[in-house]
This record gives sequence, C-alpha cells and structure tokens, in this order.
Amino acid sequence: MEIAEELAKQQKAISVAEFFEKNRQILGFDSAPRALITCVKEAVDNSLDACEDAGILPDIFVQIKKSGDYYRVIVEDNGPGIVPEEVPRVFAKLLYGSRFHTLRQSRGQQGIGISAAVLYSQLTSGKPTKVISKIAPDRPAYYCELLINTAKNEPEILKSEEVDWERPRGTRVELEMEGSYVRSRRQSVFGSLKSTAIVNPHARLTLVEPEGNVEVFERVTESLPKKAYAIQPHPDGIELGELIKLLRYTDKKKLRVFLKETFSSIGTISAQELCNRAGLDPEELPTAIGHAEATRLLMAFKQIKVKSPPVDCLSPIGEELIKAGLEKEFRLDFIATTVRPVSVYSGNPFLVEVGLGYGGELAKESRLEILRFANRVPLVYQQGACAITHAVESVSWKNYSLGQPTGSGVPVGPAVLLVHIASTNIPFTSESKDAVADMPEILTEIDLGLKEVSRKLRRYLSRQSVLSDRREKEEIIRKILPRIAKKLSDVLEKPEPDIGPVVAKIMGNLLVFRRLEQQNGHLAVRIMVENHSDLVRSFQLHEVLAEEAVAVSPVAKVIPMGDGYDHHWKLSVGPGESTILSYTVHSDGGPKKEPVVEGLEAEIVTGARVI
Amino acid sequence: MAKTEAEKASDKLEKTAQSKKAQEKLTGLAETLYNQFLQGIVPHITLPSRTKGNIEFSTKDDVWVYGDQETTRSVKTVRGAKTLLKTVHLTELLIKEHLKNNRGSTLREIYYISENWDIAKFHEQAESDHLIEDLEIVTNLHREDFHVRPEEDGAAVFGPLRLREQTRRGEREMHCQEDVGEAGYQIPFNVDNIEFLGHDAKMVIAIETGGMYARLIENGFDEEYNAILVHIKGQPARSTRRIIKRLNTELNIPVVVFTDGDPWSYRIFASIAYGAIKSAHLSEHLVTPKARFVGVQPSDIVDYNLSTDKLTDQDMQALRSELTDPRFNTPYWDKQIKLQIDLKKKAEQQAFAGKGLDYVTKTYLPERLTEMGII
Repeated sequence: MEIAEELAKQQKAISVAEFFEKNRQILGFDSAPRALITCVKEAVDNSLDACEDAGILPDIFVQIKKSGDYYRVIVEDNGPGIVPEEVPRVFAKLLYGSRFHTLRQSRGQQGIGISAAVLYSQLTSGKPTKVISKIAPDRPAYYCELLINTAKNEPEILKSEEVDWERPRGTRVELEMEGSYVRSRRQSVFGSLKSTAIVNPHARLTLVEPEGNVEVFERVTESLPKKAYAIQPHPDGIELGELIKLLRYTDKKKLRVFLKETFSSIGTISAQELCNRAGLDPEELPTAIGHAEATRLLMAFKQIKVKSPPVDCLSPIGEELIKAGLEKEFRLDFIATTVRPVSVYSGNPFLVEVGLGYGGELAKESRLEILRFANRVPLVYQQGACAITHAVESVSWKNYSLGQPTGSGVPVGPAVLLVHIASTNIPFTSESKDAVADMPEILTEIDLGLKEVSRKLRRYLSRQSVLSDRREKEEIIRKILPRIAKKLSDVLEKPEPDIGPVVAKIMGNLLVFRRLEQQNGHLAVRIMVENHSDLVRSFQLHEVLAEEAVAVSPVAKVIPMGDGYDHHWKLSVGPGESTILSYTVHSDGGPKKEPVVEGLEAEIVTGARVI
Repeated sequence: MAKTEAEKASDKLEKTAQSKKAQEKLTGLAETLYNQFLQGIVPHITLPSRTKGNIEFSTKDDVWVYGDQETTRSVKTVRGAKTLLKTVHLTELLIKEHLKNNRGSTLREIYYISENWDIAKFHEQAESDHLIEDLEIVTNLHREDFHVRPEEDGAAVFGPLRLREQTRRGEREMHCQEDVGEAGYQIPFNVDNIEFLGHDAKMVIAIETGGMYARLIENGFDEEYNAILVHIKGQPARSTRRIIKRLNTELNIPVVVFTDGDPWSYRIFASIAYGAIKSAHLSEHLVTPKARFVGVQPSDIVDYNLSTDKLTDQDMQALRSELTDPRFNTPYWDKQIKLQIDLKKKAEQQAFAGKGLDYVTKTYLPERLTEMGII
C-alpha cells in the first residue's frame, strides 16, 4: 500500500461538536467566570428572541446556584415554548437553528450558542441538561434530559416525560457546570444582565444570585420593539460567488424577474437598467448566464445607485428608549442620541444607534465607559478588538469638549457612550461574539453617529457656559451694582445714580433712555437708543403723548388713541451703534410713561417697557 | 533743634490740611465712579500693574518705581465688581470713620470691620491690605494719611542718636544709647512723628537678625565705631525703611546693610536700597538708594571660609529669579549671585561665631567697612 493510501485511511470527517469540544474558547467558554456569563447570555438571548417573535413582553428569570463544586444555571422565560420534537435538537445539536438562512435581525444567528453551553456543561460536570417547555396553557409541559453525542453532533435523550408546570407557556433550561461567580464588575452575570436591560427596555429580567440576593431589572416600556421582517439580500457589496449561486439555483425564468424578486430594493426600472448596463437580455434564462456575464452584472450592480434596504428588516432601539435605558442605569445631566439611516455592508443591511450621556455622577477624570451592543446583545469582552472601540478611538474628542490626553484613544471625561449595531448579520470577529469586525462601512457609520451626538454635547456645553456667563452677569446686576451705587450715594451724599445704562452695557442689551430739557416754554425730548449687543436689533419704539409732538426727527407715524397719540418709529440699530430720536411738546405735555419697545424680548431691553 | 510753639501750631495745621487732602482724594475716587454711572460708562479704576515686569528705574530719585503697564478693575466680572464694591465700602470707612472723626484702625482691624459688609467682606487680611495699597496708589497718599497703621513693630535702634517723639501722651526725648535698655529704642509706626535732635554717628548699620544686633551691642561696636545699629527684624516694615531713609538723607549718615548670605536676605537689602515690587508706589518715600550691602556676600563664604548650609531647591529658584529681577541687574549682584549658584551654599550671619565671638566686630566688619571706604 502506498503511503498516501495509508494516510487516506486515517482521514475522516470531524463533527462540529468534536471541534468545539477541543476549541471551547472560540465559543466564549475559556475561563470559569466567563463560562457562567456566556451560558446565561446565550439562554437569555434565545428567550428574548423567542418572546419577540411571539409578540410577548419578555419576563425572564435567571438563577445561579452553588451545587457542590459546580454551579447550576437556571433560565426560565414566558416565551412561546418549543414543540417537544424540536427540543432535543434546539438544545443538543450544534448549528441547528431557525435563523441562519433568513436575512433578519435577531440575537442568535448560527444556532450554536445554547448547544455550546450544553456541551460545556456536559464536559465539565458530566451532567445532562434539563429542559422543560410548554407551548400552551392547555397542553402538558414536556420535560427531558439531554446530552450531545459529540461524535455525531446529535442529541441523546436520557429521559423524557410529560410533567406539570405552573407557567401557562415558556421554556426552562437548567445546566450544571464548572464556573466561578463574580460580581462588582462589568464582566459579570450581573453586569451583563444590567447592560442587556439597558437595550431591552421592554424586558423584565430577574436575577437570583448564589447568595440568595434578588435583582430585578424592571421594564421601562410596555411596547415591544418593532418586529424585524425577513428580507431579500441587498445588491450592495454582494460577492461574485454569491451572485452565481443565486443565478444557478433560482426558479425564475427571466433575468429581470430574477433581479426584482431575489434582491431587495430593486424594482422594474433598476432591473432594466442593470440589464442594459451589463449588456444582457432582460428576458434571458438566469440559469443560462455564464461566468463572464455574471461578472458584468456585478459591475452593473456597483455602477447604479440602488436605494437603501428597507428599514423593516431591522429593529432599532430608537432614540427615546436609548435615553430611557441610560437614564435608568446612570444619573446624568444630559443625554444625546441618534439613529443613523440603514446602510449596507457586503449585502447586509445594518444601522448604528448612538447614545451619549454626560455629567451627573460620572467620574470626571476617568476614561469614559463604552457600552457596546450588537442586535441588542451586550458585548462584554474584547473591547479593544471591536470596531466600536476603534471608531471611538479615532474621533478627535478634543473638538467635542472631552479630554483625550494622548490625542487619540478612548476619551476622558464624565461621559458614557452607548453604541448599538443592528444588522441582519453582525460581522463578529469570532463565534464567541465579543467584538464586531472592522468593516469600513460600519466604521464610517459609527463615526458619523458618534460625531452627531458629540455635536449635540458640544452645543449643550456651550449653551451651559453661555448660561453661566449670563448667570454671572445677573449676579453683578442683581446684587453688586445696586450696592455700589447705593454706597457711592452714601459717601457723596448725592442721589443714587441710575444704573440702567451700565446694566445695558454689561448685559449686551438694547438701551433706551430719555433726556428732557425745558426750552423757552417748550419741552425738548431726546430718546437715545444704544445697541450693546453683537446683533442687529430691529423693533418699533412707541412714545405715547397727550398731544401731537412737533419737530419730530426722524419722522414718526402718529396714531390717535383714546387719550392721546401713539408716536412710533420703525428702527433697526446695528451692533454697537446708536440712534437719537427727538421731538418737542408743550412744557407740560411730556411723556407720562417710559417708552415702549415692540418686537424684542424683554430681557434684552433696558430702559423701556417691552410688549 | 527744639520746635517753637509757632512751629508746633503750623505742624498741627499741616496735619489738618493733610487729613483734608486725604478726604478730598478719597471723595474724588468715589465721584469718579459715581460719574461713570451717570455717563453710562462701565465703572472701573485703572492701576499700575504691580509685577516684576512693571518696575523701572527712576533716575530722578535713583529708586525703582512702577512703569506704564496698567490693569483695569471693572464691574464687568463678578470678581472686579466685588472688588470695586469693597473699595467703595473701604472708602466710606476711611472718610466717615477715620478722617472725619480723627480715628484710626490697624490693618487687621479693618479686615475685621468688614465682617459687617455682607458680600463686600474681605476673605483674608491680605485682600484688605492689598486694597489699601491700591488706594494709596490711586490717591497718591500713604496709608498713614488715612489713619491706617500696621500691626507689626517697627525696628529697634541703638546708637549715638538723640531724638524727640511725639506720642499720644506728650513729647518724649531720649538718647538711643543712654536712655534705653539693651533692646534699644523701639521706633513708632509713624516715623514722621520723630524729630532728630542730634547725633554723633559715622554710619548706620541695618542688621537682619536679632542675634547679630545683640552681638554688636554686647561687643560695644556702636561705641567703638560710632555706629547707629538698626535691627530690621526680617523683611523690613515700612517704618523701618522710612527711618533708615531719614537717617541717611536728613542727617547725611552713610547706611550699610548686614544680612545673612542667602537669596531672601538680598531681597531685604533690595527693598531698603532699591524698593519693593509690592510697594513701588512708595519708593520715593521709603527707599535709601545710597544704602550699601556689607554682607554676608557669597564671596565671603570663600574668602572667610565660613561654615555653610546647602542651598535648597527654593533657594536656587529664588537666586535664578533674582538674575531676571531688574533691581539686581548690576555687575556686582550678577557676579555674586552666579558665584553662589556655583557654590550651592549659603551662610548665616552667625557663621562668624565659629571663629570666635569677637571675630565679626574685630575682624570682619572693620575689614569690610574699610574696603567700602566707610572707616
């Protein structure tokens, strides 16, 4: 026998289960504390997905118990339940799931998570996983104990029976495993559930810790997130092999129909245009299209502008709930949020949402906390490897009022950032779903989102500083200036001076003041108007007199009123400029009230009544 | 030299006139601010900036005075407005309580009086002291004219000098060797109440430390060399500087200054001979440009092989700062300060005791004073 033939005998297929058995770190079971977190996270993700699909407000119960040298993890939900025939494969077969083949936003994607937890549990404790599921109040609950046959990647059912269960419907899973329970940091079961609660404000999560302590993360909204619908792939970023595959296996008989029906965002007109650009007959049989033509078609995809994928394949959290979620977990002075429009990477629609909380009780001198989420699942580990972190680091935060001591990197300041990426397919760097890969389109969208909320923060802060400027000036005017004037009149034994003109100057106001002068039996009146602000002020100035004035300069409009005459001027005074109005009346016909300004806010006018 | 009755009467008139002048000047300040309100000008006062960068040498009096740089204090900021409010309060106090009633307060008392001024209250005494100096500058008067006196004692004087002091309890005449105890004659805060009647002195020695002052008295240096000894007690008070100036200008006695050999002591000499940065507006009144530095010089450390201490970091910093101080910008100081930076050492006046208690009076001072052409 040849050597090659000898070697060939040793070649054999490796089951995924066996593969992961030896590479557990890929799935996030590489350390004892982490194993517990990952297990809880996978079970809770499944529960949340199931509840949302069924339109049920999730109510999820998590309990961690010490059991000898091991920990027992129990996760129970009020979801739709799983039919008995499916239970073994859902929990005890890797790469089995309902979501892999659809383009729709969900937490789980590949059907690995919970079965990986089952695998880890049986590896470390040797015990089977116990599942109870009930699909309707009038149906019995189904109970089973499961192991995974790793050689075949198939479930082994040790025991199954009908049992009584008090819940009307739902699923309960109980796993026993090696682990270690930590609290008091973000990388913990507690921290991970807290983060989950922030982006799932419609869920109630209850955690019973090993010591018996109960934590409830109460829901802040009764409305379920908008349901995400399955869509067709989007032509943006699709690869040649994928296109050829779609062409070969379609049942459509005409190319234009194929284009319209297979892809999202392509209508009759763009299908026609694609064919024209690719030099292909729209009526041609798709399966007859060869490699060269497919390449031309792909080029055409890149040339035409296809509209964004429909939003309804994604389920963003929304600005309001991001705000509510942040408010729930932090004390903040200010929150800015933004939801970016849907964008596409490699044919997968995605969108980015950003929330920025500022001030309150956050530490001023430490790096800001980044809360990363993908499809409403918190990302806890590998912050440094994540596209979200990379995007945060590359923003020049000094322009946005946050410190960045080395000029790049995570900024320093009293702020917390929440970034959520929703997509039909999140490009994780590994199966443990810790970090999002650096796809250029995703980085760009995060960057734009970050800058949007940062601009809002900068506006808020500059408004704050204008306000504090104004407050400072008010203190001068309210408390100090009158006292100086009073003291000066005490010292000099003279009447208290009018502080109006000085107030106008300090506040940057429009100042109106009147000088009266008796001139051989007549009263000459001058009204000085000074604009101490940086803006042009346009307004009307009214002077109500008992008689009609003469020698009015500039000419005023006069309207007779019941008991007198309203003289009014239309004025526009530039910044730093002033103007003088004058008129003459009989010596006893002087104005009885102060001048009236119409068309400006009261607080920017000194020396006149404002209407 | 005794004053006639007529002279005394004219003195009294002069005092009333001075008090009236002070009232007018302070009222003038209040009027300026009052008129600024009336004219719609944001109330403010302008002062020379009191920094190292803004002192210049006045060739008229050979002293250092403030230059042209000015700072404006206006009500546009809360700080400025509060300071002006305090200024107005203080002005009222000085006019109504002090000058009109012929009363006075100490600097410390003024700080406490402000307790009742609500938001115009001073936060610390340094603040009220500073404001009074500002008023001196604005009115071109001295705080004595406002009847404001310092807490600290003035210098003590010991030597062949006869004088008469106008006290609240009448006139006192005394001789500063024969009529005083071992501590010497304690000068009053207002040195202009002293009248010199006669002297037998060939020099004035201003001495930094009490130990050296007592040593010179014990060794009879004042009698042997006809020296008036002035104990300046660290950083000299205004009255100390004033009496040194008067002894120098009125009686024409040469003045020398004897301090420790460290950067802080050179500043004591500078404030006597050149003027202080904080009170450069009073230089013409307080500074003795002809005063000369005896020691301890850095070169003495080498020449007399004195026992020394190491310079601290603050000492080094102070020396470097003196190199950029315009007052020390002379070849003599440049050489001495640079030498000290090289030596990294300082010496106290008492270091001479290491060579015997008589060394300073028998050897060092006679040698130095001969070198300086004084004996």
